[in-house]
Amino acid sequence: MFRPSSAHTAGEPATNAPIAANGEVRALSVPEQIVEIVSDSGEGAQTAGQLFGTVCAKMGNGLWTVEIIPAEIEPPARSRAGASGIRIRFGTKSIANMGDQADLVVAFNEQVLYSRIDQGALRPGTLLLIDDKWGASDDPKIREPYQKALEDFHVAGYIVREIPIHAETSKLTDNPQRGKNMWVVGMLCALYGRDLDLAKREVQLIFQRKRKGEEVIALNHQLLDAGHAWAVENFDTCFQIPSETRSEPMVVMNGNAAIALGAMAAGMEVCSMYPITPATSASHYLAADFHHAGGIVHQAEDEIAAVGFAIGASYAGKTALTITSGPGMALKSEFLGLAVMAEVPLVVVDVQRGGPATGLPTKVEQGDLMSSIFGQPGDAPKVVMAPSSHEECFHFMITARKLAESFRTPVFVLSDANLATAQACLPRPTVSEEWLSPPIDQSPWKEGSPAYGWDPETGISRRPIPGQPGGAFVLTGLAHDEYSHIAYESSINQRAMNMRSRKIAALQTALKPPEIHGDEEGDLLVVGWGSTRGAIEEAVDRVRHDGHRAGSICLRFLSPLEPGLREIFARYRRVMTVEINYSDDPRDPITASERRYSQLAWLLRATTLVDVDCWSRVPGQPLPPQMIEEALRSRLEGADSCTD
Amino acid sequence: MYGLKTDWIDESIPRYYTFEDYEGAKARWCSGCGDHGVLTAVQRLCRDEQLPPEKTVFVSGIGCASRFPHYVKAYGFHGLHGRALPVACGVRARRPDLHVFVATGDGDCCSIGTAHWIHALRYNMKMVVMLLDNNVYGLTKNQTSPTSKKGSSSNTHPRGAMLDPINPIQASLGIANASFIAQTVDWNPAHLYATLAAAHRHPGLAFVRILQRCPHFKSGLFDSLMNDPSQLILMTHPDGIEVDDAVKKQLVNQRVHDPSDLREARDLADSQDGTAIGLFYRNEAADRYDDFTVSGIATSRDTKLRALETQLDRYQI
Repeated sequence: MFRPSSAHTAGEPATNAPIAANGEVRALSVPEQIVEIVSDSGEGAQTAGQLFGTVCAKMGNGLWTVEIIPAEIEPPARSRAGASGIRIRFGTKSIANMGDQADLVVAFNEQVLYSRIDQGALRPGTLLLIDDKWGASDDPKIREPYQKALEDFHVAGYIVREIPIHAETSKLTDNPQRGKNMWVVGMLCALYGRDLDLAKREVQLIFQRKRKGEEVIALNHQLLDAGHAWAVENFDTCFQIPSETRSEPMVVMNGNAAIALGAMAAGMEVCSMYPITPATSASHYLAADFHHAGGIVHQAEDEIAAVGFAIGASYAGKTALTITSGPGMALKSEFLGLAVMAEVPLVVVDVQRGGPATGLPTKVEQGDLMSSIFGQPGDAPKVVMAPSSHEECFHFMITARKLAESFRTPVFVLSDANLATAQACLPRPTVSEEWLSPPIDQSPWKEGSPAYGWDPETGISRRPIPGQPGGAFVLTGLAHDEYSHIAYESSINQRAMNMRSRKIAALQTALKPPEIHGDEEGDLLVVGWGSTRGAIEEAVDRVRHDGHRAGSICLRFLSPLEPGLREIFARYRRVMTVEINYSDDPRDPITASERRYSQLAWLLRATTLVDVDCWSRVPGQPLPPQMIEEALRSRLEGADSCTD
Repeated sequence: MYGLKTDWIDESIPRYYTFEDYEGAKARWCSGCGDHGVLTAVQRLCRDEQLPPEKTVFVSGIGCASRFPHYVKAYGFHGLHGRALPVACGVRARRPDLHVFVATGDGDCCSIGTAHWIHALRYNMKMVVMLLDNNVYGLTKNQTSPTSKKGSSSNTHPRGAMLDPINPIQASLGIANASFIAQTVDWNPAHLYATLAAAHRHPGLAFVRILQRCPHFKSGLFDSLMNDPSQLILMTHPDGIEVDDAVKKQLVNQRVHDPSDLREARDLADSQDGTAIGLFYRNEAADRYDDFTVSGIATSRDTKLRALETQLDRYQI
């Protein structure tokens, strides 16, 4: 495709990685592409990828990006563990997951590629564009590993091309480390026929937001131009990804931004948080702009204080949320139980990461389901929801706020690191005033009305808010009667527990059964929740394409569960969950009774008495459709027994 | 304050709140417990300041002292062990119209809730924080508290506490932005009242440590202070806590202390000559975090919707 003199052009591919043929440029039309940019930390690969992804989305493509994040801020350079970067999957249709292996990878050094290989991110035929800087190094400790890596990659069947990223960037800036990402975006724009002016406008916006001067913007524009020009001169092929016409305006953002905007749209006033990966960026978005909507971000002294502050604000009538991840949820759990007990409305966002303990701070897991539902002392019924898309990240915040207030309860919103950092397209929400919380009620409290006037059918009661004359109750975490008087009598405790539980049952009656993707009945039903939906549906489509009768559902409500599950399960020969949390594999040397199931499977088995199977993995990355597809096939084709 | 208005014919007279209006559930502290006196002082203060019960919020943690909100007829939030202050800060954050009082104990504040104590002092949001310090865990039945004296025995340290206690005053004086640090005793109602009244008037977080008797588990702990008032050093100053002559006559060991003098305040907190009561330190100019957290409370719905549209514009493609 370029530089025919490259040392590593042996075994020329016949695929979409064409080599240079003097003169004409071939244009290949493809439905989608997966591109990765990988680098050392701090080289701007993520900025570049987000920029390129935004340009793709603006040109009408579907988009999903995944950040590749090392655990440290400044890991050692040119190390496998330090691989930092981004995957951009874009295509004609809308895209809801990261896909399987990459088609093309731009690597700022060769060592970081090893980590991508370890992650299974590449396939034979993946085109690797590697900075040729290292091959020219005087230091044999750099030059030799580089040469060896190129051989390794070649043997593994990747198509390796060296490109002069550093050299070309150096022509424009003394600090190419900070500039090569833009040069690469320019190059990619040429390769994929992207509108360079769109990229330039985005660059301008990005740097204006960072309050950078005109010179910085001009330099980045020059870098884009240079990368583009170099590619035009040296590539003989480009790819076209046709766009579909959109009927509605779209926005591009990651899941944490969607949650932040959702909080704003819900009319919330207080976001009380403590920094924790991968949740914190949601608070960053709010910290930057919440004040325009009259809101504040409180960075508390710890996770416990963060939720306590939110509970205090909410008790005082102000809508509040706290945003955290698993370890923070653990620390907050006593307060969460208190919010249930005292019936204080509260929205709690848990952007899940790998656990237990500190686990995998930057990586995805769906490990907090059980602890969310059952993780407080005693019985603490509350609402637990899980968005499965960016659109739901936004809208569930509004729903969560309303449910919290109507049912006078905490509502947990379980997102995860995958949704949090992935950029995707979603229809621009049409703003509505009824999303906002109602004004704080300061009217006189009805005389004689108790603090917990539980409706016997629904358990719902009106809450007194400080400032309401005549409503001066003392809410307490101790067992209490309906006047919130401390009460240890057994009948009172039984009734109060009953009323708090009744609210969850009441909510369930208002929910609809889940919609089925794929076959309405058949051999296999896959049940998922949260961010895995896109990949599960893609996997189901693939096995259906091969003639299998399979369907999937994605549960948005986990507490209460959506109704009608038993009836749906009965229509399939087998039911299994697919989750990103740990479960024993049926092939492990254990009996069925010893097997530990994944969390949703456990819950569904208990609540439906159906023999629900599971397949789950904890790879520290989103599940690619292919992995799920293989798991479905093994169940469908009987290779893995569901039970024993 | 309540009073007849000159144009009383046209306006309804605001309701006058009596002491009884602030009486909540019957206090269930042990007889002789110092908390009773504090409760009375606070109810008197509410009446004298005519704090509308619906605009007054008592927040507490867990422990004997933390039962306080139940015994006052006002809004209350009786939460978790050690966690009164985050809740109180949250209440205060967006409700400048509310009067916030916190009742906490030595275990609640200086042990399990230490982080919140330190940070609440720094936030300096307007509220009165009463540390009812009886040197013992009472509700859980006689365990060593962080303010128990070295050598004092309890169920957890039957052979005596091994370490010197935390000095809550000294610790509080060490926190940046702390703005009102005072100490008083439950058995001197006049000084107790005067201290709480000054705390209530303070524009910021007023931290008042109240030496409080626990006749059940720490019988006689403060006997020497009570029997020999000269062991109490009464801090006096025109900028300090104003006490009447009766108190001055009773507490003869007096020391002039300017509450803006932090260095001297620290010396007094550590004084070996006696236990200083009164105002150690006050800085009315200290930054108040609630000045920031209240911003935007009057934001209109239109503004909120416009802000959201602007954000969505940013992300639109």
